[in-house]
Amino acid sequence: MATRLRLLDDAAWVSVNDERAVGTSEVWPVAETFCSCELAWLVVEAFVDVGVNGRRVEARPHGHCLNCGESGTAPWLPVGKVTDDGFRLVEGVRR
Amino acid sequence: MPTDVEQWKDEVYGNEIREHLFRFAEEGWDAIPEEEEDAWFERFKWWGLYHQRKGQESYFMMRIGTPNGVLEPGQLRTVAEVADEYARGPVDNPEFGAAYCDWTTRQSIQLHWIKLEDVPDIFEKLESNGLTTQQACGDSWRNIVGCPVAGKDTHEHVDAWPVAEELHETFKGNDDYSNLPRKWKVSVTGCDQGCGQGDINDLAFEPAEKDGELGFNVRIGGGLARKEPRFARDVDIWVPEEKVTDIAGAATELFHDHGDREDRYNARIKFLVDEWGADKVRRVLQEDYVDWELESAGDDLRDQYTYNAGGHEHGDHVGVHEQPDGNYYVGLNVLVGRQGVDDVYELADLADEYGSGEVRLTQRQNVIVTDIPEEDLDDFLAADLLDDYSPDPHPFMRGSIACTGTEYCSLSIVETKNRQVRYARWLKENVDVPDGVTDFHIHLSGCTASCAQPQIADVSLRGMKTRKDGEPVEALDVGLGGGLGENPQFAEWVEMRVPADEVPGYIQNLLATYEDEREGEETFREFIQRQDEDALQALADPEETDYEDPYMHNTKMTWYPYADEDDMGSSPAPTNGDGEPISADD
Repeated sequence: MATRLRLLDDAAWVSVNDERAVGTSEVWPVAETFCSCELAWLVVEAFVDVGVNGRRVEARPHGHCLNCGESGTAPWLPVGKVTDDGFRLVEGVRR
Repeated sequence: MPTDVEQWKDEVYGNEIREHLFRFAEEGWDAIPEEEEDAWFERFKWWGLYHQRKGQESYFMMRIGTPNGVLEPGQLRTVAEVADEYARGPVDNPEFGAAYCDWTTRQSIQLHWIKLEDVPDIFEKLESNGLTTQQACGDSWRNIVGCPVAGKDTHEHVDAWPVAEELHETFKGNDDYSNLPRKWKVSVTGCDQGCGQGDINDLAFEPAEKDGELGFNVRIGGGLARKEPRFARDVDIWVPEEKVTDIAGAATELFHDHGDREDRYNARIKFLVDEWGADKVRRVLQEDYVDWELESAGDDLRDQYTYNAGGHEHGDHVGVHEQPDGNYYVGLNVLVGRQGVDDVYELADLADEYGSGEVRLTQRQNVIVTDIPEEDLDDFLAADLLDDYSPDPHPFMRGSIACTGTEYCSLSIVETKNRQVRYARWLKENVDVPDGVTDFHIHLSGCTASCAQPQIADVSLRGMKTRKDGEPVEALDVGLGGGLGENPQFAEWVEMRVPADEVPGYIQNLLATYEDEREGEETFREFIQRQDEDALQALADPEETDYEDPYMHNTKMTWYPYADEDDMGSSPAPTNGDGEPISADD
């Protein structure tokens, strides 16, 4: 079954199957890929893109690291997973 | 590839949305197919309805567009009655109660907790009293702003009110202009003080003289959103008053045809002006969109602009001012632009009793009662309501502007209005006002959309997050020294990610430095402008004080930040037309 993905509200939310799944202002722990911090604390200011990789829903968030201040757009990071029971959000460190 | 929004607009948009809106109102909230909700919510904006944020499903913000901020006699009472009857949510706001009206920075009105089922009755009531929500949001001509005292101002060169009225009549509900690539914000200024704030609009008309005739210079491509603020660019065009509508139509058509419909973040005309330059905008207008020879810009009045110019002169419309007809208008300060509904009724009564009944809204979220005869002025000024909405407010109360914030808005990152109320009160109690400062502006916007116009304030606050004691907390970026006037200036962003409870301490320290280090009569804006980047950073540090902030947690993840049980799972939404929760089994 197809998964409907959208950015809504001026890219403030990722919508998965017509539900706002994840929004800006959240702070994501991100391993290595965003800045020089071993663990970046990425405050999400906007979403640039959303897509799927198999059953994994991914997004490219724009924001900055609360540790070092580095600002920019992150590579694709997981938002959640489409399971037989519906959509499940990722928790913990994103990589 | 066209965006989702463009596809939705291609299917249904503009006036025709109304019949669908009324059908859903008749059938009830859950008649909207789940997979079509986002498409309909996008379309409903055109009729002034903005679906509230996650956790508040089935409730809408309703925006009423009042051109130039003018509420004709009787209309304020209508607004109060609508708010009283229909804008009540499941939980009261601890500062403002159960029902209230928001006066916005674009001279419009916002009500919250509106249920879809009530929309036809509300529209009937509003429209039978000459008010409308049409095009208050969405990709079209938005509410036209201008000098809030147009026609009643001793500084006026052209009466901007009939000009704004004609634009409103021409472009509201006009199918030829109903589906633009993005919002289209227009300002008309008629005075020599610059209070139309044309510089931050997509299309601005500013008074100018050409060969002895008064008319308007045209500027295009201003706006504040997305960390990409622009002042409207001078496109070297002057029009007489009778050509305003024609050139406005031409500029709108140019935007319609050339605005970016494939990327909404690049769609505002400011980005097209960036790309083309003002010369090309003028050339394309001349070649493709007008059938007369455009005249070059006339002599403007910008060197006289005092409104929000950072000086000690006219910075807003608060206070008692004489009108050309010998009557008076009185501008009243409304802290963060929100007024409880009982106070709105009382304001309407006062306007009827002492003035003509007319009330106007300013771009500083304040209200103006007009047409008060001199002999009634003292009685009006003695009214109890003015204890809370003063014509002579403390500078920190006077300058406090805030957007909607996470209370209702999907975009905002932080709580705003109630926080700004607490900031203003704390500053008033704890911070010495520097000598000579009567007008000090602190604007708090919850995100980069900039609805509180933070970049043109003395102190600009923008929603952000940070970590404090290991926990994510609400924070603010702080900018300094913005304003309009002859030489408009956007704020310099100086301190980033300041925990929200350390911002009042920062402002206290900043103003102490200003008081100590200012040179002579130097205004705050002048003081900031002479600092280099390092000096700006060194002006003050954030600091914890006895200010307490109850909204430090992630208010965006609550269903309503002021509910006792505020987690998403405690939300009663969605509800039916009677406000009763609709269970998943229904």
